[in-house]
Amino acid sequence: MTDAEPILAAARRLGAQHAEVFAVETNETPVRFEANRLKEINSRQTSGAALRVIVDGRIGFASSTKPGDIDELVTAAVETAPFGPEAHLDFPRDGRAIDVDIYDPDVEALPVDDMIQAGQSLIDAVRAVEPELLCDAYVRRGDSTVTIANSKGGNFTYRGTGYSAWVNGTLIRGTDMLFVGDGDASCRAQLDLAAIEASVVSQLEHSRRTAEARTAEMPVIFTPLGVASALIGPLAIAFSGRMVHQGQSPLAGCLGKEMYDVRLSLWDDATLPYRPGSRPFDDEGVASRRNALIDKGIVRSFLYDLQTAGLAKAESTGSAERSLAAQPSISTTSLVIDDGEMQFEEMVRSVKEGLVVEELMGAGQGNVMGGDFSGNVLLGYKIEGGEITGRVKDTIVASNVHEALKRLVAIGSESRWVGGSVRTPALFFESLAVSAK
Amino acid sequence: MPDRDEIERALRSHDADYVEVRLDDTATNRIVYRGRELEEIGRIRSFGGNVRALLRGGWGFVSFNEPAELRKRVEEAISAAHHVGRETSMLAEVPPVVDSVRLKVKKDPRAIPLATKKEMLDRYNERMLSVEGVTSTNIMYSDSHKQVVFASSEGSYIEQERIDVVSRLSATAGKNGDMQQANMSLGALNDFAYIEALDETARHLGERAVELLSAPYVKAGTYPVVLDPILAGVFCHEAFGHLSESDFVYENERMKEIMVLGRQFGQPHLNIVDGAAVPGLRGSFRYDDEGVPAQETDLIREGILVGRLHSRETAGKMGERVTGNARAIDYRFPPIVRMTNTYIEPGNMSFEELIADIDEGVYARNWFGGTTSMEMFTFSAGEAYMIRNGKVAELLRPVKLTGNLFTTLMNIDALGNDMDFNQGGGCGKGGQMPLPVSNGSPHIRIQDVVVGER
Repeated sequence: MTDAEPILAAARRLGAQHAEVFAVETNETPVRFEANRLKEINSRQTSGAALRVIVDGRIGFASSTKPGDIDELVTAAVETAPFGPEAHLDFPRDGRAIDVDIYDPDVEALPVDDMIQAGQSLIDAVRAVEPELLCDAYVRRGDSTVTIANSKGGNFTYRGTGYSAWVNGTLIRGTDMLFVGDGDASCRAQLDLAAIEASVVSQLEHSRRTAEARTAEMPVIFTPLGVASALIGPLAIAFSGRMVHQGQSPLAGCLGKEMYDVRLSLWDDATLPYRPGSRPFDDEGVASRRNALIDKGIVRSFLYDLQTAGLAKAESTGSAERSLAAQPSISTTSLVIDDGEMQFEEMVRSVKEGLVVEELMGAGQGNVMGGDFSGNVLLGYKIEGGEITGRVKDTIVASNVHEALKRLVAIGSESRWVGGSVRTPALFFESLAVSAK
Repeated sequence: MPDRDEIERALRSHDADYVEVRLDDTATNRIVYRGRELEEIGRIRSFGGNVRALLRGGWGFVSFNEPAELRKRVEEAISAAHHVGRETSMLAEVPPVVDSVRLKVKKDPRAIPLATKKEMLDRYNERMLSVEGVTSTNIMYSDSHKQVVFASSEGSYIEQERIDVVSRLSATAGKNGDMQQANMSLGALNDFAYIEALDETARHLGERAVELLSAPYVKAGTYPVVLDPILAGVFCHEAFGHLSESDFVYENERMKEIMVLGRQFGQPHLNIVDGAAVPGLRGSFRYDDEGVPAQETDLIREGILVGRLHSRETAGKMGERVTGNARAIDYRFPPIVRMTNTYIEPGNMSFEELIADIDEGVYARNWFGGTTSMEMFTFSAGEAYMIRNGKVAELLRPVKLTGNLFTTLMNIDALGNDMDFNQGGGCGKGGQMPLPVSNGSPHIRIQDVVVGER
């Protein structure tokens, strides 16, 4: 199925002027722990191909994971084309793809027993601090081969590996439930398990006591985990060239304008070595690059795939991402917020009354497109008199990310990777709306 | 696809306690619009299978797109289970089932030409875009025909098929950098007719998005809240439904204490049920993904916790009866405990009676989304109004409701005499999303709910 040439040839025979095959093959082995014990070993093998055709200027699409399904695939793609969108794209002929390190043979050779040991050691380490913690853990290794071939003669392929581990703990007292957790991901067979443990242990320490929040506007510090859970989603969507082109992004018309605190810089970077979001070219074969989104508070660029770039008279930024189930869409790869200069402890010390947010639950609901974020503090702490005094509950933090990022007190000096694809320091907001019961 | 003979041969003679094979062939048509531009139209064929094996309490699971050499896959899954198993397998006993459940389609989307579907969606899009002030729209339509074969080493062999039709419409209005959205999401099982007459709805969405631009934010705080059946259904699903899924409970002693049967969760008027055996809804089916027949399960009866949702393993380990709630989104995943159609039974108050005593409160309708951490939940209303002096007053910007399960269910102090089901949502759990479910309710009134803006 992954041999693209026969598919391209069949598409031409059925009347496609242009065609493009996107084929992917992945092998994935997740090991899952439940209630502190090894529960399940999985093995997932996925392969399939998607076909885009251009017939009389319109795009048709079909995909299939059924082996040897070439005729049906090509027929379906050609049949949908008369109803499809007008094509505003040219498939790339050649890739001046840069070298990006995303393959580590050690990942493929990693014994399942080592993965089991990694998971068990994470669970044991955090339970040593809190024996009543009930833990789930995941350790995953995988590899994928992506091929893009088109009728212009473009033929691009790469192979990448991935390794990740995550531990989640629940502590129940009466009807009070505490959720802690962290993880790490890489293309290499090396993870910083000690950092995961230290993070979860610090969450447990800060949650030993509970504290009462009150309804007011107050200073709020988002830790790197908090930034990733609540702010990155509504911020990143505004930089989608598609949203901008449709006038759905609040940043439409703001290119080159200072919209945020001058200390804030945000990058989308698919070229970082061994990051899970990295790749030599995007899912249309366009070479990867480092895109400045916000440069010292100024909106510097938006992200495009080929079709949107064609519509918006812009250039693809190598931001096309796709699964087999849909046509390419615009996506970020690794998002990086530059470090500031204030240490986390210093931020806490400077707050008389405020909150620290590690995770907001339900932050992705509501008017995300407009930049709103709002959620129940799933894990967060009260600051009183410059000290963390305990964990808060039943508390909502709400604001608009584009507004809030104009009024930063400080940017943290210690950034870290969260979930493999976001690198951020802590962000310290002057005043956000907090409502508590 | 391998035939029955081949599947049954692959399942013979092994040393596992239990083995199952599931093969899945799904054909989807998908149409997406963004603004005036049709963004995507296409056909997606998803074909694959899996083998799951249980040995001494440990699971091995293998999924694949290439169904050849099924016997080898069975051996791989068993070998993985060998690696894990250290205890005793405990699956609740169920009689093996051999059955073939064929489609009963009302209006079949497969019989409707792509051109006709596109004309219909063009019309809805135009209705939204023709409202002055609407700057953009989104439409997502899909119909999926799914055929699943399930076979187990205990002798079950079940073929089932279904068609899911989903349609989401969204209008965006913008002014001076301010963006507001109005959304609607509809779904139906085996019937295209559900989404055929949405012209008025589309126009209404456009108008509401524009109205929201001049609507105020709610003053954050604690209010008595009245939820419409759609949002109350989401509340029931998020706030309570997930907690009744036994995989959160069966190996957690503390959780067992919290979810002990007989515990009072609500007032005596509160009754909550889940069941795939309720016919014709998004969460309906004949057999779950472990071959267990669909049922209706009382979760809360007269305010008291009386039941929970099970897979064969959670039922076996807790010594309770199976409920037919093991579901997998597709062949890439093992079945886990999921809801089906979850609903609050109606009471006897009219809407006017529900709001009559409220001096200052919030009437929240429709949904943006919802999520839960078991103890705490949050969900967003697509539409909200203040209630003042017993009357529905001004429109608000979207609000977010949050609370603590244990106090909030108890605070439901009145139930309406109406009933409706939300079928447009998809549930996510354990990386498996969106699973077709429905949730239903009458209008309900809840005291002391934390309401946040945005």
